[in-house]
Amino acid sequence: MEKIELRGVKKYFSSKPVLRDVNLTVRKGETLAVIGRSGCGKSVMLKHIVGLLKPDDGKVFVDGEDITDLPEQQLYRIRKKFGFLFQGAALLDSLTVGENVGLGLAELSEYTPEKIKQIVTEKLAMVGMEGIENYMPADLSGGMKKRVGLARAIAMEPEIILYDEPTTGLDPIMADTINELINYLSTELKITSIVVTHDITSVRKVSDRISMLHHGEIIFTGTVEELDTTGNEVVIQFIEGRSEGPIKPSVKKYISDDEQRIRFNSKKRVEGIFQ
Amino acid sequence: MTKLFRLYTRFAAGFADSIIRPFYNIGDVVVFLGKTIRTVPNIPKSLGLIFDSMLEIGVRSIPIALVISIFAGATTAWQANYQLQEYVSMRYLGTAVSKSLILELGPVLTGLVVAGRVGASIAASLGAMRVTEQIDALSTMAIDPIRYLVLPRVTAAMIMVPILTIYSVFFGIVGAMFVSMYFLGVTKGIFIVGVRHYFYYTDIMVCLIKAFIFGTGLSVLGCYYGFKTTGGAEGVGKAAIKAFVSSAIFILLSDFIVAALAF
Repeated sequence: MEKIELRGVKKYFSSKPVLRDVNLTVRKGETLAVIGRSGCGKSVMLKHIVGLLKPDDGKVFVDGEDITDLPEQQLYRIRKKFGFLFQGAALLDSLTVGENVGLGLAELSEYTPEKIKQIVTEKLAMVGMEGIENYMPADLSGGMKKRVGLARAIAMEPEIILYDEPTTGLDPIMADTINELINYLSTELKITSIVVTHDITSVRKVSDRISMLHHGEIIFTGTVEELDTTGNEVVIQFIEGRSEGPIKPSVKKYISDDEQRIRFNSKKRVEGIFQ
Repeated sequence: MTKLFRLYTRFAAGFADSIIRPFYNIGDVVVFLGKTIRTVPNIPKSLGLIFDSMLEIGVRSIPIALVISIFAGATTAWQANYQLQEYVSMRYLGTAVSKSLILELGPVLTGLVVAGRVGASIAASLGAMRVTEQIDALSTMAIDPIRYLVLPRVTAAMIMVPILTIYSVFFGIVGAMFVSMYFLGVTKGIFIVGVRHYFYYTDIMVCLIKAFIFGTGLSVLGCYYGFKTTGGAEGVGKAAIKAFVSSAIFILLSDFIVAALAF
């Protein structure tokens, strides 16, 4: 059964297309990794799934319900199904770590403060961050914030978790621990997950299927085995991390001012010879 | 010629934009206010947040409001003495000072001080939350950001700006009385009789209505520009400026409207 479906989703920012025609399905209980170059629209796609952004064209379905044009108040009902780990963690600066993790529970559940405290401690321990409940987000490193963000995402025990680059900024051992946690949530708790990442090691470890977003379209969807045997040159170049191939990095070679002056003068000299 | 035409069209587009945009913004602010009003039934759930905001908006603004009001009162007394001494008995110095403080200077100066201290700070803090996706994070947790962030601030400003205004008026009159007693030769008794003689409760009502409107306006505008912030740290700075400038215009404009309607 499809838990999430994007049908022909298009999104433009200032008339620049970010998502051209995204068609994607996520099955119940599976972990789908979405790979693609930086700035290709992966995070934008995630925000469409929770209704933070509305598509300019196309439809978004969650549990078979079309959420594309749902009013904000009704979207909150849908969002209760989700946990969302933001790229920069997005912890509330004014709250302590413990208050951040327990915020959803304090606002939306009937749990007592003691019960919330117990859940917060438990979730922080799951991400290896026990004992920091009273710290402020400003006291944490980027990787620590990300783990607290993950604890917050799983605190409400959602049906679906969207991970926006969960292992970026973490050391390899902690990255692997987070991968194990994603696997645990998927296999033991049957949580449906979408993991947006560049980390190919993570992709191989956590995903049931992988989709690649390129130029605003899904150009590949398949299992890890299919990823390894694909003939798609774009996908091969991306997973091998080569700068040579069909994807042309739009980086110009740096030319110093002196070198530019020399080139300009020699060009002038050559033009003088031919005149 | 083409360049000239291009320059002309750019100028015309900019001119048209500068005329249309304020109307668009006013409409957008009204919609934002509507969304805030819709969360009013959630006030009991947000009491803790409202008290925190009351502390920030009201209690922490007391020192600056007091300094400004004492000097405003003292200056008003001094200038009233200069302007009136040849035509009016100094028995009426207390009347002139208290009237101008209650009806105009108290609410307007308090409104402007709070707009600068609180309105801009609300816009900056919510703007920083917007650009670091903290507001989006609240939405994804199914917590209405307007209920969680805007409602407490607006409610607190509605309550605290009138209270702060009453404090300001009181200390403004004290400042005026001090100057009158020690520099202008008006005794305490004469000054107080002057204040009490033409003291009307309707004046206090007008003062409170103005303060309530200013508090609502400056907090809604601060929250609105915070929520609409784009473009990182520079955007946060611009949001704070826009919040203060628009709040100042709103305060002076609504001050005139209330005065015209009340008297």
